[in-house]
Amino acid sequence: MYGHADNAVPALDKVSLDVRRGEFVCLLGASGCGKSTLLNLVAGLDAPTAGTVEVDGRTTLMFQEAALFPWLTAQGNVELALKLQRVPKATRRARVQELLGVVHLEGFERKLPHELSGGMRQRVQLARALAQGADILLMDEPFGALDAMTRDLLHDEIERLWREQGLTILFVTHNVREAVRLGDRVVLLSSRPGRVVTEFPVGIPRPRRIESHPVADLAAVITDELREEVRRHGDDT
Amino acid sequence: MATTPDNGAAGTQLLDRELSGLDHLETALPTGPSRVARVWAAAWPKLLAIALALLAWQLVVWSGWKPEYVLPGPRKVWDSFVENFGTNMDAAWTTLQRGFKGFAFALVIGTIVGALVARNRILRSAIGSLITGLQTMPSVAWFPLAILLFKLGEGAIFFVVVLGAAPSIANGLINGIDQIQPILLRAGTVLGARRWKLFRHVILPAALPSFVGGLKQGWAFAWRSLLAGELIVLIPGQFSLGQQLDANRQLNDSAGVIAVMIVILIIGILVDALLFGTAERRIRRRYGLVDTAAA
Repeated sequence: MYGHADNAVPALDKVSLDVRRGEFVCLLGASGCGKSTLLNLVAGLDAPTAGTVEVDGRTTLMFQEAALFPWLTAQGNVELALKLQRVPKATRRARVQELLGVVHLEGFERKLPHELSGGMRQRVQLARALAQGADILLMDEPFGALDAMTRDLLHDEIERLWREQGLTILFVTHNVREAVRLGDRVVLLSSRPGRVVTEFPVGIPRPRRIESHPVADLAAVITDELREEVRRHGDDT
Repeated sequence: MATTPDNGAAGTQLLDRELSGLDHLETALPTGPSRVARVWAAAWPKLLAIALALLAWQLVVWSGWKPEYVLPGPRKVWDSFVENFGTNMDAAWTTLQRGFKGFAFALVIGTIVGALVARNRILRSAIGSLITGLQTMPSVAWFPLAILLFKLGEGAIFFVVVLGAAPSIANGLINGIDQIQPILLRAGTVLGARRWKLFRHVILPAALPSFVGGLKQGWAFAWRSLLAGELIVLIPGQFSLGQQLDANRQLNDSAGVIAVMIVILIIGILVDALLFGTAERRIRRRYGLVDTAAA
């Protein structure tokens, strides 16, 4: 990938990033690093002003929150994704059941988004994303608005789905520990314009826990680097 | 948490149980008061208000401010209401039919114009403020032109009713579309909805709460324009509520006039509360919006 976007101030500049099939890559950066722009480029929602984005596979994008359609039930949200994929009506219902089962939401099919907790809504979003039959999952701070307990469980959940479904995941976050907990590799982006500063391969064997020492130690190293990057912007002005 | 995701089926089962445990803790819903209690809680203030209004009216009549043949009391009006019930219902039926016909046409026009203006930048700067302008224009002001165009007939009334309702309907849709959260549009695009499908599956349902608000306001304008029209455009041999008002006035029958006014008021309240109010409440509840329109 090599992106360069937007008018006067490029959101991204000389970003070069290769993601292997089946890899779990976490993108980390302070505000203004163009994380979301990068995902939009990969998802094909935006076109780069220069450079190229090559994607071998089908992508889908999962958002931070409130991206479910509030007028549709959990079932309806997932079903709409299938409908827009032209999945025939006869097979749709069974597939919806299956997908909601995958994210452990049996029994909540007829609930509306506002009747579900934040964590459950994100799982419906996950089921809706899986309904698109994509093998590349782009996640834009998907657990940013959740409490720690729920987030922990969803880390386990997304890791399980990634392994079982053989997904490739590009996961944007501003939470360093989360990045280390989940990623095969953590990519640090600079801000204004967004550039790849460094990459950290995460050698910690799975299963990992967010409160374990190896995760905390690597997170501390990355945090120092991130602060250094933020400090540079303080010197600029 | 003692579980980790990678220790096989047992781990998955544990995770499953933890998730469903948390889910149930977070979705325990409080049960509301019973249906009877709710209906009573909504009804008694209304009944009390009606009783107080009737009392005040009666007191004014008793005070002798106006002779009773000019300002009759509730009793006399009730008698007139009962006596002329059949005629008034015939008249109300004609008026309602006109109202619904005009409103239905305004619905089509308003929706098409609203959708186009909301999605097209040039159209918006061209006629966006004109729509709001039309909304503030008193519909009575249209009648002279309407009569010149369509003569004294159904056409003139229909024309003004449509012009009264359509701007509100269009504006409701425009506002609704303007207020859609951008993330919903992005989510729709990610799911593969484009153009008509995006409109049908995302934009229209997302704009629905505001759109229904516009319909409600549109009906109120249509109903007002209609009654004004029936008073101005009198069609010989036609019973309608406006014509009944005029006929009773010419007979110096105050009780008859007030009885017809009460019919007009009741129809207005019924359509607004039962039709639009119910629809609005249901939609707001479904969308998880705060129920401000508690009736």
